[in-house]
Amino acid sequence: MNLLSFFTRNRSGSAETAKERLQILLAHERMDRSGPDFLPKLKNDIIDVIRKYVPGAGDKVDVKLERGGDVSTLEIDIELPGPQQAKSKHAGRATTPAFAR
Amino acid sequence: MAKIIVITSGKGGVGKTTTTAAIGAGLALRGKKTVVIDFDVGLRNLDMIMGCERRVVFDFINVIQGDAKLNQALIKDRRLENLAILPTSQTRDKDALSREGVERVINELKNDYDYIICDSPAGIERGAHLAMYFADEAVVVTNPEVSSVRDSDRVIGLLASKTRRAEKGEPPVKPHLLLTRYDPDRVARGDMMKMEDVLEILSIPLLGIIPESPTVLKASNTGTPVILDQNSVAGKAYADAVSRLMGEQTEIRMFQERRGLFQRFLRRTA
Repeated sequence: MNLLSFFTRNRSGSAETAKERLQILLAHERMDRSGPDFLPKLKNDIIDVIRKYVPGAGDKVDVKLERGGDVSTLEIDIELPGPQQAKSKHAGRATTPAFAR
Repeated sequence: MAKIIVITSGKGGVGKTTTTAAIGAGLALRGKKTVVIDFDVGLRNLDMIMGCERRVVFDFINVIQGDAKLNQALIKDRRLENLAILPTSQTRDKDALSREGVERVINELKNDYDYIICDSPAGIERGAHLAMYFADEAVVVTNPEVSSVRDSDRVIGLLASKTRRAEKGEPPVKPHLLLTRYDPDRVARGDMMKMEDVLEILSIPLLGIIPESPTVLKASNTGTPVILDQNSVAGKAYADAVSRLMGEQTEIRMFQERRGLFQRFLRRTA
């Protein structure tokens, strides 16, 4: 560091960044910890509900939780049996602001 | 009946063993019968920091497995009559620890000591889990640095859920935050998180602030708990922490290494 930068040194250092990053990260991690992982149970419940209304519905349900900056999205892909022989894929997607901050 | 305190952190290298030695010696200095136990099976180090590495004959694992009596494994400190060390094994691995075995040893120690200090290994595996399992209180050693704070947060969660107290629905393990390697100069420059920031994030009561200090390395070089260097800033800071751990309501003092003018200038421009 030279003499000039000594006088023009930026007083707001990296500590503030560290604090902000930690606050965002830990808010998510604490949420994940609180209570057991609900995704497997959620998946089973969804399969049960689909079966109730769509006889012969497959087990192909994909549940994903994706963390975003301001909102996290819960993505649910369900494969339903197509009409007669041709099994076409019909996907339903639910996007919820699950963990809005 | 002894109080069981775990010294833990999640992250390695933040000062758990240094803190175990300092707090153990500090409590003994204050007249409390204290035993420090090394839970880091396979990576024994508390004996070196306490300066008794050449006196280890039997260890914690030998006692758990019935190969030695507890009294044969306990090492009496030569400086402080109230202090004893239970070293761990250097050759076995952490699977040699069993919950029943640890419980048996702790129950036997409970009758003879006021404080049982458990030095946890880094991580959240078996050794760390058993070190915290029987605890009444916990000292969470944390550096003002992102990975250390994150790991401490995780450990605080485990203290609240994976301990005997949590499982039995008893009052929870009481956590205390000990900030170590704190550098007030770097905090003033905005390059290190300040005590208030870490406290706000982790939100557990503060036990003390140990400043970054060359005396900590000197103490480990010679196998002397740093608290015995009563003129050093780290020693004084640990003495304050011990008072608070004993329940005294002393205010948090900020100690700082003194530097010469020239050194101070070098630091500022570095």
